[in-house]
Amino acid sequence: MLETETMPPSTASNGVPWVSTKRAKSAARFDTFFSGLTFVSGWGTVALLVLIGLEVGYASLPAMRQFGFHFFTSTDWDPVNDQYGALPLIYGTLVSSVLALLIATPLGVAIAIFLTEDYLHHKLRSFFKFLVELLAAIPSVIYGLWGIYIVMPITTQLGNWLNAHFGWIPLFSTPASGPGFLPASFVLAIMILPTIAALSGAALKTTPQPLKEGASALGATRWDVILQITLPIAASGIFGAVVLALGRAMGETMALAMLVGNNNQISTSLFAPANTIASLLANSFGEATGLQVAALMYLSFILMALTLGINAMAEVILDRSGANKKHL
Amino acid sequence: MKKLLALSIVAVLSACSLHADTITLNASGATFPAPIYGRWFAEYNKLHPDVRVNYQGIGSGAGIKQFTDGLTDFGASDAAMSDDEIAAVKTGGVVLLPMTAGSIVLSYNLPGVTDSIKLPRDVYPAIFLGEITKWNDAKIAAANPGVTLPDMPITVAYRADGSGTTYNFTNHLAVISADFKTKVGAGKQVKFPVGVGGKGNDGVAALIKQTPGTIGYVEFGYAMGVKLPMATLQNQAGKFVAPTPESGSAALAAVEMPANLRAFVTDPAGDTSYPIVTFTWWLCHTEYTKPGVADAIKSLAAWCLTDGQKLAPELGYLPLPASVLTKVQAATATIK
Repeated sequence: MLETETMPPSTASNGVPWVSTKRAKSAARFDTFFSGLTFVSGWGTVALLVLIGLEVGYASLPAMRQFGFHFFTSTDWDPVNDQYGALPLIYGTLVSSVLALLIATPLGVAIAIFLTEDYLHHKLRSFFKFLVELLAAIPSVIYGLWGIYIVMPITTQLGNWLNAHFGWIPLFSTPASGPGFLPASFVLAIMILPTIAALSGAALKTTPQPLKEGASALGATRWDVILQITLPIAASGIFGAVVLALGRAMGETMALAMLVGNNNQISTSLFAPANTIASLLANSFGEATGLQVAALMYLSFILMALTLGINAMAEVILDRSGANKKHL
Repeated sequence: MKKLLALSIVAVLSACSLHADTITLNASGATFPAPIYGRWFAEYNKLHPDVRVNYQGIGSGAGIKQFTDGLTDFGASDAAMSDDEIAAVKTGGVVLLPMTAGSIVLSYNLPGVTDSIKLPRDVYPAIFLGEITKWNDAKIAAANPGVTLPDMPITVAYRADGSGTTYNFTNHLAVISADFKTKVGAGKQVKFPVGVGGKGNDGVAALIKQTPGTIGYVEFGYAMGVKLPMATLQNQAGKFVAPTPESGSAALAAVEMPANLRAFVTDPAGDTSYPIVTFTWWLCHTEYTKPGVADAIKSLAAWCLTDGQKLAPELGYLPLPASVLTKVQAATATIK
């Protein structure tokens, strides 16, 4: 794939008729050098990924042999007795990420519509766009601190009120003890908001102008156009954006380590502390020895496979949505 | 232009050769004593500009690993080194040097309670096991007459990251409570049945400060620095003792230091001893091949064991008792 992409320039410049042979020769040499460089860099990146995968896989072999598939079903993570199971961590990773998506998707898509549908003067629009993109530039640890000092007290009070009045609903079944799914997912949602807003915005822009104008000419209101023309056409692009954001949310570490509660349990309650793979990895590697290191590597391997798979899926969906545009 | 470049190269080279007799000691390990080590090494460097110590607080486990792999000149650990870990060191041998000590305190957030609450020996392990779940539990109330305890659930806060603090705290709980030993056990990272985990002392302190009803364990120096209330604990002799530099030192003095200088103070005797204290160690080789390193470490350790000890109280650490000091000084002298 990469090879075919890098080859054409070098062959093309070899045959350029209107430059002197000397210049053509040096240009050709430069082209060969450059295509070689891109070739090496491109495949180097792939090789690096494969090597990391192999290295992590190799380091996790002792744990794979010891626990095998049971690793995915066991709920015990007990360094004292060297018993390791990943289920609460996989559960925590998926639930916190999906909750974050549930909060961030409507917000992100709404922002994308607001910023692409001519609601604002274009100068103001680029200012707002800049603000949303700025969210992506804030370091994770700052989000974590903001979460602990601002978000957590609010979610704790809200959680305790919901628990006191609606405790019979499994989602609200435990009192809030500070950190847990709710503050973690809320902060995570804000962290992935720029991804969803930017990529959904790009998808919304792919709607052909004539279609929108045609709909308006037939008497559709602005909201009719947005809901029945723009959104359906952009749907697969938006879905791709959401899946990509999911990949990002699952790998997020620092803010979650500070907010999720780091308790390896499975609870249906939104207010219960939980743990995620990335957070456990960040917390445990410094002091881990022996089989624990292998178990942590096994977890890393699972997280890598999950995020790689999800990112690949997002790329395919986003690619297809781009292709849709060409067909129209 | 070229001349200038050549000149500057000469200047840089000569600057390097000027520093050729400067020794840089690389060390890494425990985060718990990192503040006092940082202060020691800075003060020592002022007196001896030819010795620089580059200390990285990366955790006891990682410190042992780097020392074993020969990446550092000495390591530091809150859990010393096990016999297996010592056996894994291929060349140079190992000598463990207790350098300072500290107390671990139970800090809490109880709105409206101003006195230091008293926690009996059978109560605080039960809190960390999730068996005592309310602040106005009869057992807590009985130990604190005159204190109005709120009807509030107890939230346990623990260290989520592997740490020497957890190692020493759980070792203490496992000794005083058979239940804790079988249900949780002792280690750098354990499976607490209840509660929320914070990353580092600061993470646990933030959890305690942010959520009323929370109790957690942090190092004395840290709790003192951020002004968290600390519980008064019942010691082996049955007396309630508040964490102070004096009660910590009393606990250390009650320990008989063995020949290998590896003593864990799991449950100190004595009426005035605070129950949860720990030494923290340097991990040194008995023989160094790099020229000058052995002498540099010996003179550094000698200073830390004398003048350095005086800095301990203001930073929230415990100075080593005289009986321990003489043994550590003797061990330091064996380094070649």
